[in-house]
Amino acid sequence: MTEPIITVRDLHTSYGHRKILKGITLDIYPRETFVILGRSGCGKSTLLRHLVGLNKPDKGQILIKGIDMVTASEEEQNALLRKMGLLFQNGALFNSMTVGENVALPLMEHTPQESSTIRIMTRLKLGLVGLSGFENFMPSQLSGGMKKRAALARAITMDPDILLCDEPSAGLDPIVAAGIDQLILKLKTALRMTIVVVTHEMASVFMIADRICLLHDGEIKFLGTQAEMRQSKDPYVLQFIERRADDENLDPDQYLQDLMAE
Amino acid sequence: MTLRKTAGHSGRKLVLFFVHAARMSSLALQSLSWIFLAPFRGKPIRWGATFVQMVRIGVESVPIVSVISFCVGLIIAMQAAYQLERFGATIYVADLVGVSMCRELGPLITAIIIAGRSGSAIAAEIGTMKVSEELDALQTMALNPIGFLVAPRMIAMMVVVPCLTVIADFVGIAGGFVLAISNLKIAFIAYFNQTAEALLAKDFITGLVKSFFFAIIIAQVGAYQGFNVQGGAEGVGRSTTTSVVVSIFMVILADLMFTMLFYSTL
Ligand SMILES: Nc1ncnc2c1ncn2[C@@H]1O[C@H](COP(=O)(O)OP(=O)(O)OP(=O)(O)O)[C@@H](O)[C@H]1O
Ligand SMILES: [Mg+2]
Repeated sequence: MTEPIITVRDLHTSYGHRKILKGITLDIYPRETFVILGRSGCGKSTLLRHLVGLNKPDKGQILIKGIDMVTASEEEQNALLRKMGLLFQNGALFNSMTVGENVALPLMEHTPQESSTIRIMTRLKLGLVGLSGFENFMPSQLSGGMKKRAALARAITMDPDILLCDEPSAGLDPIVAAGIDQLILKLKTALRMTIVVVTHEMASVFMIADRICLLHDGEIKFLGTQAEMRQSKDPYVLQFIERRADDENLDPDQYLQDLMAE
Repeated sequence: MTLRKTAGHSGRKLVLFFVHAARMSSLALQSLSWIFLAPFRGKPIRWGATFVQMVRIGVESVPIVSVISFCVGLIIAMQAAYQLERFGATIYVADLVGVSMCRELGPLITAIIIAGRSGSAIAAEIGTMKVSEELDALQTMALNPIGFLVAPRMIAMMVVVPCLTVIADFVGIAGGFVLAISNLKIAFIAYFNQTAEALLAKDFITGLVKSFFFAIIIAQVGAYQGFNVQGGAEGVGRSTTTSVVVSIFMVILADLMFTMLFYSTL
């Protein structure tokens, strides 16, 4: 097989004394769509932040295109980052700029193009996410789902090699969510992007994923293709696929103790 | 026990003070390098954003700076006249107002107004961007928050605060004029000549030099407090308040140092 484009080796990380990731090792190959699953608060967003060098690991290695993100110089990091796009979970649009300026910003700062070219490219990207005609709106004038899509447009303005999406379809109606799935497939086939998606929508997982990774307790519980996931006998994986709630804890003494604990 | 607690507490405070001082100096060095070195390495200054900041910090502050300096000029003239009347030397009101405005009060008043008005705004803007992950977003776009946000604001401050100080000097002197002409019955031309004679170029220039450094302090403290925001909206509020208190404190300290320097040498 080809060289992996993203390599994570034994990644450990913590916030204060709380350990979040405890030894993540995975390879992501060029032009695959890699889905990260896991319960809320298990560290998916944290993992994405490490991939772009926003957080520094306690231990472990992160290689992007063979370059260590942790020890790379600022120039090397920036060169990599220009070819990466990250869609933040909350969008993280610049609130002081219009939607159009948000999407155009990376182009304006990194490419010597004419402003008319940049305007066309901005409209193109906004069109892709179904926001044509909104370039003069401020982020505060958009709905939650529209912000998400505007942020996605911003993440793909530079036509990145690697696109990282943190819950791209959370908070979207089923039609638009399906549209985002289609867009991800299109980006993968037409623009040959490597795409890492964090999502909770199992329907969308089975639509887009080449490989799936399930995080649990800071470790990888499962890593494999869709078919492998469907055949898995692991109770936790099954619980995830079947959308089953945790069995309720029926020990009344324990429950009472938890409530009364100092 | 309490003694040890107190010692531990103040020890921690002291360490924290040095940590802040070190981090702030590092931010200042980085900002200066983004302003003076980065343009030669193909990372141009964002003049558009700088201009917007100049308008916001400078042009929009002209009315408030003028009104306050005018009042201060009046106040000094009245206080000076109160003393000088006893010697029948009210003409020296012109000297007192002119020299104290240019050497001290013009720069200081401007700095305090700008710290409250614009230093706090810098802290709040950057702090809000930190809370909403906009700073992280900048970084993932390979844009450095210091080059992108701090440099334009700092350049704007360094240009605009000395300009405002000049305005404050003149308006303050005009305040003295008004009192002298209306209350002290001094002829316009006599007061004018007296002021012109009393004021030396160095009075004016030392004031401007000070105000340039005040500008750097205000911009740096605002930016530092912004980057330092922890938590959410209430963190932004806390940092904004702190930025005003700290920058006024540091401005006064710097003023003291400059005055000692100028007093002993010039
Ligand atoms: N800035 C922070 N400071 C301290 N703890 C944090 C911080 N950010 C996240 N955490 C903790 O790290 C853990 C993982 O957070 P993360 O945002 O990565 O979760 P997630 O898997 O993305 O969850 P979700 O699906 O709800 O978005 C959480 O338990 C959270 O409490
Ligand atoms: Mg998350």
